Amino acid sequence: MTSVVDARQATATRFVCRSYLAVVLTPEPPIVEWIAEIDQRIKGAESFLGGAPVVVDLNAVKLSKLAIVHLISELEQRGIRVLGLENVDAFSTGAGLPPLLRSSHSGTVIPDRAAPPAHDVRKEPTTLLLDKPIRSGQSIFFPDGDVTVLGSVASGAELVAGGSIHVYGTLRGRAMAGSHGNSRARIFCNKIEAELLAIGGYYLTAEAIDQFPKGPVQAWLEGDAVKIATLDR
Amino acid sequence: MAKVVVVTSGKGGVGKTTTTAALGAALAQIGQKVVIVDFDVGLRNLDLVMGAERRVVYDLINVIQGIAKLQQALIRDKRVDTLALLPASQTRDKDALTEDGVRRVIAQLRQMFDWVICDSPAGIERGATLAMRFADIAVIVTNPEVSSVRDSDRIIGLLDAKTLKAERGERIDKHLLITRYDQTRAARGEMLCIDDVLEILSTPLLGIVPESEEVLRASNLGSPVTLSNSGSGAARAYFDAARRLMGENIEMTVPSDKVGLFGKLFGRRAA
Repeated sequence: MTSVVDARQATATRFVCRSYLAVVLTPEPPIVEWIAEIDQRIKGAESFLGGAPVVVDLNAVKLSKLAIVHLISELEQRGIRVLGLENVDAFSTGAGLPPLLRSSHSGTVIPDRAAPPAHDVRKEPTTLLLDKPIRSGQSIFFPDGDVTVLGSVASGAELVAGGSIHVYGTLRGRAMAGSHGNSRARIFCNKIEAELLAIGGYYLTAEAIDQFPKGPVQAWLEGDAVKIATLDR
Repeated sequence: MAKVVVVTSGKGGVGKTTTTAALGAALAQIGQKVVIVDFDVGLRNLDLVMGAERRVVYDLINVIQGIAKLQQALIRDKRVDTLALLPASQTRDKDALTEDGVRRVIAQLRQMFDWVICDSPAGIERGATLAMRFADIAVIVTNPEVSSVRDSDRIIGLLDAKTLKAERGERIDKHLLITRYDQTRAARGEMLCIDDVLEILSTPLLGIVPESEEVLRASNLGSPVTLSNSGSGAARAYFDAARRLMGENIEMTVPSDKVGLFGKLFGRRAA
C-alpha cells in the first residue's frame, strides 16, 4: 500500500526539464552608454523584444552586486524582464536577483572554419519545408535547422529558424535566422520587402532594408552587422 | 451534393453582404436552389439588402435554440422562388452561436438546397470562425487597397487552419473576389492593381466587380444588384462569378457600367 502512495507522490513532484528560447543582451562598458543605446534600438523595434524572456550575459563587464541590481532595475523600467544572468560569480547573484544560468554555448569560441562551429551541433540539423505561402499572423518557429518556404511570406508573419531561412518568393514579414546564436546562418529570398531581419541576434529594421535593390538577395552576418547583397545569376 | 460557401474578408465594409446577396440571387436566377445565411449576429444586414426586414419572424439563433423550426425561420424571396434567406438575430450577440447548433442547421440546409451561402461578419472572432467552419468553398472579398489585402491574407491563413476541412487534412477551395475596382484609379496608381493583389494573396481569382453606384441604389431599394439592375457592370460581374463557381470557364474581364448610345436613347430599365 505504501509503495502505491510513494509512486503517486513521486509523479506529483516530478522535475521536468524544458528549454525556452531567450534573447541575450550583453552589456558593454560604459554601462550608461550601453543603456542609452538600448533605448535607441528599442524605439524602432519594440515588438522584437516585446515580452520575450531576456537573459543578461555579463562576460564583458565587471559589476559589483549592487551594480547588477541597478542594471536589472534599469532594464525593468524599460519593460525588459530579466529571466537569468550569465557569466557572473555565484556570490554576485543570489536572493532578489535573477538566477545564474549556465548556457550550453559558454566555453571557448572556436574560430571560423569551413566546417560549422562545434558548439552549434547538438543534434542533426534538419530542414522544415513549407510549400504554401505564409499568411499574415502565422508564426513559424523551428530551432532545429533551416526553414524553406515555397511561396511568399506575408506582412505580419514571422519565421524563426535555428539555421538559415530560404524564401522562394517575396519576404514581407519578419525573418530571424540563427536564433540560437548561429552567426553563420543566412537569409535568402527572391524579393526583399521585409519588416525585420535578424541573424544570430543582430538585426536590421525596415528602413535599412528598403535601401537595398528588390531582386533576389541574401543576407549574412559580418561581425555584428547584417549585410545584404543581390544574388548574381 | 450541396455546396456550402462562406463569403468572408477579415476587413469590414468591403462587400461581403452585397456579394452574398448578389451571388445568391444570380445562382438562383440560373436555376439553382439557394439559401443565404446571415452570421452577423447583432448587426444583421442581409435582410435589409434583400428587402425582407419586415418579414423576419424567427432567426438563426431561434433555430439553434430550438425555439423555431428551420422552415419557420426561412424567408422565401418574392422575386425568385428558388432563393431563401435565413436571417440573423438582431437582439442577441455572437455568443449565442454554438458550433453544434451551426453544424445541425447547416446539415439540414444541405438537404434542402443546392447552395448554402454564409455571410460572415467582419473580424476573426467567433462569428467569422463559425461562419467558415463547415464551408467547402470560400469566397474572399477584397478591395484593391492595402488594409483590405492584408486582412484578407489573415483570413486566408485562418481558412487553412480553423475550418473542419483543414482539420481533416483537406484543402478548402479558396476564391478571391475583388470588389470596388476602379480601372482609372488603378491606372493612376491610387489603387492596387489586380496583379499586385494576386501576387500578394496567391489565390485564384473568381471575379472583378467594378465600383458602381448601382450597388448603393440596389441596397437602398432592398434588392440584390443582380435582381434590380442585371445589366449593370457590377451585376454582370456577379453573374460571371456565379457561373465560374458552377465550373464554367469565363474570360476574366471588368464589365463597365457605361451605357451605350442605344441605352442612352431608350433610357435605363426601371428597377
